Amino acid sequence: MAQAAAIGGALEERGASRGGGLARRRARIAFLLCLPLILLVLALVIYPAFYSLHLATLNKSMTRFVGLANFAFLFKRETFWMVVEQSVIFAVGAVVFKALIGFVLAHLVHRLPQRGQRAWRGMLLVPWVIPPAMSTLVWWWMYEPSYSALNWLLAGMGFAPVPWLGDPYWARFAVILVNVWYGAPFFMIMYLAALKSVPAELYESAEIDGANAWQKLIYVTLPMLRNIIAITVLFSLIVTFANFDIVRILTAGGPRDMTHVFATWAFKLGIESNDIPLGACVSLFMFPILGIAAVFILRDVHRRSRELAGVAA
Amino acid sequence: MTRWHLSRRSLLLGASGVAVAGAMLGRPRGAYAAGKLSVGFWDHWVPGANDTLTRLCREWAAKEKIDLTIDYIPSQGNKLLLTIAAEAQARSGHDILAMNTWLPGSHAERLEPVDDVMKDVLAKNGPTNPVVEYLGKPDGHWRAVPATPGSQMKGPASRIDLLKEHAGIDILAMYPPDGPATPAAEQWTWDALLAAAEKCHKAGFPFGIGLGTTSDNVDTWGSLFHAFGARLVDEKGNIVVKSDATRAALEFAKKLAAFLPADAIAWDDGSNNRWLISGKGALIFNPPSAWAVAKRDAPQVAEKVWHHPAPKGPKGRFGPYLPYYWAIWSFSPNKSAAKSLLAHLSTREAAEQLVAASQGYDIPGYLSFNDFKTWNEEGPPRGTLRHYPPTKDQILSIAAAPAPHKIAEQIYNQATITKMIARIVQGGDSIDKAIAWAESELEGFMRG
Repeated sequence: MAQAAAIGGALEERGASRGGGLARRRARIAFLLCLPLILLVLALVIYPAFYSLHLATLNKSMTRFVGLANFAFLFKRETFWMVVEQSVIFAVGAVVFKALIGFVLAHLVHRLPQRGQRAWRGMLLVPWVIPPAMSTLVWWWMYEPSYSALNWLLAGMGFAPVPWLGDPYWARFAVILVNVWYGAPFFMIMYLAALKSVPAELYESAEIDGANAWQKLIYVTLPMLRNIIAITVLFSLIVTFANFDIVRILTAGGPRDMTHVFATWAFKLGIESNDIPLGACVSLFMFPILGIAAVFILRDVHRRSRELAGVAA
Repeated sequence: MTRWHLSRRSLLLGASGVAVAGAMLGRPRGAYAAGKLSVGFWDHWVPGANDTLTRLCREWAAKEKIDLTIDYIPSQGNKLLLTIAAEAQARSGHDILAMNTWLPGSHAERLEPVDDVMKDVLAKNGPTNPVVEYLGKPDGHWRAVPATPGSQMKGPASRIDLLKEHAGIDILAMYPPDGPATPAAEQWTWDALLAAAEKCHKAGFPFGIGLGTTSDNVDTWGSLFHAFGARLVDEKGNIVVKSDATRAALEFAKKLAAFLPADAIAWDDGSNNRWLISGKGALIFNPPSAWAVAKRDAPQVAEKVWHHPAPKGPKGRFGPYLPYYWAIWSFSPNKSAAKSLLAHLSTREAAEQLVAASQGYDIPGYLSFNDFKTWNEEGPPRGTLRHYPPTKDQILSIAAAPAPHKIAEQIYNQATITKMIARIVQGGDSIDKAIAWAESELEGFMRG
């Protein structure tokens, strides 16, 4: 008996050590497979990030170390604070509308019969699939100061022309509209996938309890989609804050700098005006804002996941 | 039949013999004995203009036995600007790069001084115009050689018929096709332009002058400021924007802006071209590119377009001029070949061929080159470019001059002048408030 136990123990040990070896080998293979991506991230993200940090500490001619003087200089500039305000308006405004429109579209598509759903999904994804630089050029032609297609339509209906890109407030609306048009399908597809994973029994139970459509939305759908909403909002916030192409093509930051966002203003200062250190400072300013947003949102997602895991247990 | 046996020993002996002989004889003189040279030129928008430049370079390379590589880099989408910025950071790339307006000064520390080349070139060609010297010699040394391709004037391109019909201005009587400007040209002043702008606006053909932040807009309003004696920063770096001259220029700009297209504030460098080509406008400030496109797309418009000098202001007739340069990076491994090529491209013969290839668009920076026959011959209408090159009564200018280079560059690229006007016209700022805003911006530009 004792001998059998000893043999059993030895086998278990060997099994454990074999299991450990397998796990180590798998981890090694996984690391090797990820290595090209890690190297790519190091070369194209980490190195440029540290290099821009270095650039941000140099003087205008890039000949002398000036520490944080460039940041201190920026904080005293009126235009900088205007760009901060505009970036927040642009990113938050666009993300809110993208999320709302995506949510509504996802519900509409979800309710469609299975047969026609695929075609609608495909059509609604078109804005997100077209390269933004190309689609924004088409929007530019619609807004174009002198020959706006939209104004032509408005004139046909007896309305006065709208200075889409000539008036700062209309221009802000115009850039947000294009960003919403481009980004809403992403939200739609994410929410649609999440909606499909909500168990039908939850809706059935709610129905038995007498819940109406609004109550089902508030007490079943929204809690079940909360994590995906948080993650998509975070992802979109990061991408929208860093947006360059839409603003650059439509307004180049004008009129009177009133549509500049961080990336376009950084380009204006760094590349067009040859003040690379100041441009690097502006682009780095996005990092803490997005970092703080990411911490809050991911913490909420983590807490929610643990709650759900607790409920499941 | 003899059979050759190649042993390892004999192979090694033979190889070392060849190596020693090679070393003793020095470098073999082959087709490219003088090394390699890589050049990045501005990609000219005029079809065929690049071919002439390539031919001139190839002729030189064959004579000098240089292995020459030429890239044409477009300025659209800031491709050239980004290439310059990337090569400056990487300290690697072409030996020679085309750089426009402010770039030789911006990269002065990274460029090979070309005083030696310019000494010979100036001795042969005579002096450059003052804008070329201001931008190309930012620290007392020539940092780049003036290039013919891309260098341009930005005076008015007017509709002969519309100005005559609606504003009563006979532009051909001032600037005739067969001779120099007549005494009537003295009447071509900013006040005359303002009166004409009002009349053409009323007639439904507003002048197409933009108030945006791109180069065409900045150049036009910059020349107006100079014509009124308004400067933002003087040559010593003092902020002098708060002056009666600035107030007068802004007062005038406010009046003129009332007769411009309603959305002029959103105009870029293409907007004025489209305005003229569409037949909607009676005048724009532009090189002959709008006219050249109209020749193809709207010939009925092109044949009524006349290029002529800018109007005269209280301080003179200031013509906006934008030069291009060829610069040699300090990290270039073949500087002597680079200098030799630039000297070859700076001859009168080369410049004349390049101007002809550009159909008269290019204006070389040397004053003695303003008599090429191309400008008299181009059309229709024949002679439309006769008054396009600088005339003696014009003072060539670039917006933001005479400020020190690093400050002027910021004023120009951040469009401080047009933003001041936009603040008054659209933002409702008073003239004093706009000047105060500009002062604060200028203080920021002083950052070292």
